[in-house]
Amino acid sequence: MGVEGVFRGIMRRIYCKEEVCIGCRLCEVWCRIEHSKSKKVLKAFLYEKERAIQRVQVEERGAVSFALQCRHCEEPDCVYSCISGALYKGNEVVMHDTSRCVGCWSCVLACPYGVIAMDEVRGKAWKCDFCEGVGREEPICVEKCPNEALRLALVLEVEHAESE
Amino acid sequence: MKSYLLPEFKIDREEERCIRCRVCERQCAFETQRYDGELERMFSDAEKCVGCQRCVIFCPANALSVSSNQFAYRLNYGWTRERISDLKKQAETGGIILAGCGNDKPYRIYFDHIVLNASQVTNPSIDPLREPMELRTFLGQKLDSLALELEPGSEFKDVEIKMELPPTVMIETPIVFSAMSYGAISYQAFKSLAIAASGYGTLFNTGEGGLPKDLRAKYWKNAIVQCASGRFGVDAEYFNCSTAVEIKIGQGAKPGIGGHLPAEKVSYSIAETRMIPEGSDAISPAPQHDIYSIEDLSTLIYALKEVTNYEKLVSVKIAAVHNSAAIASGMVRAGADIIALDGLRGGTGAAPKIVRDNVGIPIELAIASVDQRLREEGIRNRSSIIAAGGIRCSADVIKAIALGADAVYIGTAALVAMGCTLCQKCYTGRCSWGICTQDPYLAKRINPDIAARRLMNLLRGWSLEMKEMLGGMGINAIESLRGNRDHLRGVGLQEWELDVLGVKGAGE
Repeated sequence: MGVEGVFRGIMRRIYCKEEVCIGCRLCEVWCRIEHSKSKKVLKAFLYEKERAIQRVQVEERGAVSFALQCRHCEEPDCVYSCISGALYKGNEVVMHDTSRCVGCWSCVLACPYGVIAMDEVRGKAWKCDFCEGVGREEPICVEKCPNEALRLALVLEVEHAESE
Repeated sequence: MKSYLLPEFKIDREEERCIRCRVCERQCAFETQRYDGELERMFSDAEKCVGCQRCVIFCPANALSVSSNQFAYRLNYGWTRERISDLKKQAETGGIILAGCGNDKPYRIYFDHIVLNASQVTNPSIDPLREPMELRTFLGQKLDSLALELEPGSEFKDVEIKMELPPTVMIETPIVFSAMSYGAISYQAFKSLAIAASGYGTLFNTGEGGLPKDLRAKYWKNAIVQCASGRFGVDAEYFNCSTAVEIKIGQGAKPGIGGHLPAEKVSYSIAETRMIPEGSDAISPAPQHDIYSIEDLSTLIYALKEVTNYEKLVSVKIAAVHNSAAIASGMVRAGADIIALDGLRGGTGAAPKIVRDNVGIPIELAIASVDQRLREEGIRNRSSIIAAGGIRCSADVIKAIALGADAVYIGTAALVAMGCTLCQKCYTGRCSWGICTQDPYLAKRINPDIAARRLMNLLRGWSLEMKEMLGGMGINAIESLRGNRDHLRGVGLQEWELDVLGVKGAGE
């Protein structure tokens, strides 16, 4: 059975292999470092006044754990719910222009995965930018995952034809 | 009871480097590291630390270092720190002191007192990068003679072998993963060994814990399945899902001692593989109760050959002990296709420390004496010898083969490649590296894809080094080195040691 619909492109996506995610949370650490001003471990955590926010979260219960970040949905509820136009669909991924964010948290409510972080100090939402915002080819969480649980995969994005 | 034990390790945390990410806390399986939310800082309980270095490797800020605690009992040559600690431990528990890994005592390592030869002027050395170099090894019986039928006048065109050939197994490099059972090590670690063995074209050994059903179809060609005193997971299908069957009589780390997989480790999947009730102790008796003589051994060997339709090799593994040579001779005559010798420094998941540290003989001496004896009796061709216990590098492999082994088993070296740091706490089942544990939270730490890659890199690296050494000696096939003790010389050894090894002293 083939996939019916209009081919839209090949998209890069981050997947987590739950069976080898060890819950070390180094993805969270490195995400925060990479999105900090200095990109230096010690400075980012100990000395920078504006604390960078991590955009990946490890979900954990007992032995089961996996890292979860924005799924960059084909039909992003967060973008549809955004009242200020801060969230938009970029080339491949859902992007967030924090300068336009008004901190209404509509996206937080709308996101089915719960991966949009609320920064109440600055009154802004933060989400995974696929490290495009920091000019990386490969997301830092994928590169730094010590057990290769986080992987980059290519997926076919297809616009489905309306079924009758 | 108040414990009088001193902490074995010292944990140093550079406070100004610690970012309080709590990675160390999550990585330590012994709950050594602890975060205090009120003070927003980390604390360490050094007395719980086993020195496995997991936290040090994982700390993203390089804030940690773990070192041996140089505590100061008064220096005493006989009453060492270890002796005093063991006495205190025993006074507090009244039990047998357990240990993991292999013998760590300073018995002479003969490999380090043997040097290799190289070609100079009068014979050419070979460059393995430019010329073919053969490491392929065939395990199993080699025939005394070959009966051929030749058509008269056909001038060797229609030669036919007029007898049934015994089975042999080809391995790409003379390095085989030694017996580590599913139960002793995690499923992930077990699977990694299987993947690496099949990827490189060598063998892994299931140990006595059976072969999980889901690994059979893919990896049976590379499996040596073990039949040990506990007879766990044993049935006709199991024996046939293999390339060789190994009867385990003894283990180098604990000759004469059985095994005990505690009930709490016997999960559903282990229970299924071992064919025992879930949550029951898996106890392997010290002896095989149907083998009290060479004749009994022969009965079992032929029972196994019968059940595998004479298609699989049958190996017999013994710990290297005082009479190994005579025992090996009996084993060959009993019909063993492979003789596995496990030396004094062989590893284990758990053994009484006193046995681990005091029983058995060094593998180098065992290889030499067994090979010598079998040659003298004219039966060396009837079995392959696999040497195990303390093979640490490719030079050890080369030396073992020159002393007379056909191939070697590596266990500890393989585990170290996967992450093991020889902290010797295997028996606690809390391995922070996910190897020797059945806790699903810890076992996940071995990603079979990564671990298999590491193991294959190890095999590749050693194989390349072995080719270099062979080339230097002017030899282009490992076959030509086997038992070729002329390529070895002893340094700093006494007369009797050189005699047993069958090696001349350096300069001779």
